[in-house]
Amino acid sequence: MIPAAFEYHAPSTIGEATALLAKLGEDAKVLSGGQSLIPLMKLRLASPAHLVDINAIPGLLGIREADGFLRIGALTRESDLEESEIVRTRYPLLHDTSKVIADPIVRNLATVGGNLAHGDPANDHPATMLALGAEIVAVGPKGERRIPIATFFTGPFATGLKPDEILVEIRVPVPPARSGGAYLKLERKVGDFATAAVAVQVTLGANGACEQAGIGLTNVGLTPIKATRAEASLKGKALDESAIKQAAELAAQAAEPSADLRGSVEYKKDLVRILTARALRKAAERARAGRA
Amino acid sequence: MLVKLTVNGEKHEADVEPRLLLVHMIREVLRLTGTHIGCDTTHCGACTILMDGRPVKSCTIFAVQAQGKQLMTVEGLEQDGKLHPLQEGFMAEHGLQCGYCTPGMLMTSFAFLKKHPKPSEDDIRWAISGNLCRCTGYVNIVKAVQHAAAAISGGA
Repeated sequence: MIPAAFEYHAPSTIGEATALLAKLGEDAKVLSGGQSLIPLMKLRLASPAHLVDINAIPGLLGIREADGFLRIGALTRESDLEESEIVRTRYPLLHDTSKVIADPIVRNLATVGGNLAHGDPANDHPATMLALGAEIVAVGPKGERRIPIATFFTGPFATGLKPDEILVEIRVPVPPARSGGAYLKLERKVGDFATAAVAVQVTLGANGACEQAGIGLTNVGLTPIKATRAEASLKGKALDESAIKQAAELAAQAAEPSADLRGSVEYKKDLVRILTARALRKAAERARAGRA
Repeated sequence: MLVKLTVNGEKHEADVEPRLLLVHMIREVLRLTGTHIGCDTTHCGACTILMDGRPVKSCTIFAVQAQGKQLMTVEGLEQDGKLHPLQEGFMAEHGLQCGYCTPGMLMTSFAFLKKHPKPSEDDIRWAISGNLCRCTGYVNIVKAVQHAAAAISGGA
């Protein structure tokens, strides 16, 4: 399949890139890993007149902890996230997620920034970042701004990024002691989108009660979903089976899936309930074991 | 747009349209037809090549993005008339039936064995999970990769 013709730009600085985007407006798309955009272009579901390839811009790579955040450069490949020692040892929710995005070959090109900027409710990082309470750093011609993840996903394939802005970094707050997370995804086969998936991050107090809970849902609505009522239901409670059961039911209620090849509405909602309960147990176990 | 890149150690350049996919440049411009086009939708991995040492699906990257990169295709496995242990392994263990997925399987396994010289069966199955074999010959593909791993670590 041959995409429609386009003009290719490969700016070498962020300033150049945002100036190009400001000039070209809606006719331009940012090319990062290309693993979602290029298939859409081949299917002619997207036919941008201009591609602004940001891969030659330095400074958009890398994973490091600084200023109380895990700072992930937008161009970080999923495979680098998966192999990152700091992610593996301190951010189990992120590590879980990195292992189930698309397939191992796609992960060599796919980027963390692209997974979020694409705004696809079926992508995996959105739910994970919602659970982690991350923030998005965007740069435009007027400078940098930070967007809380909870307000980032504005509609199907739509985000709070302006046409002339580039997502440059994702900041995940460094979790306090006694935190843990888990990402559970049901997929028909490796590389398929989730039938449903659930991201959970919890922080326990010294007494073992839940101080903070984040729950994000993948591919069960028009946007990624933050299950706020389920999160709130856990605050101050011991993460026992009755608390987990209640939160799982509230998460299922928050899901708004549509029926498709992967299952009916009822099936997917029930899947959210089951996956939420399992992810909560796993996250709690990791938090108790002292994993960050 | 002029694209300069290196394939299997050899430098190439070509004037291409930005929309030309890398796999088309490899097959139709450079005439290296060992790399296959399977599903053309990023699922099957038949078009897998190495770019700067990493397996990528060459149907899902534009040729212009490979500017200045080092590529390796299945033609690069054989050295001085001698097959790579992976190629030997695929022959010895019947790791191919129709052969369509084989170039991709070989390139993915090549990069994988560099990183994981002594893999478990599970590791191998994980590594090739982005490469589909419609003949479903996975058992022998796994054996072929194990055969190569043993040959390489045994110094053969």
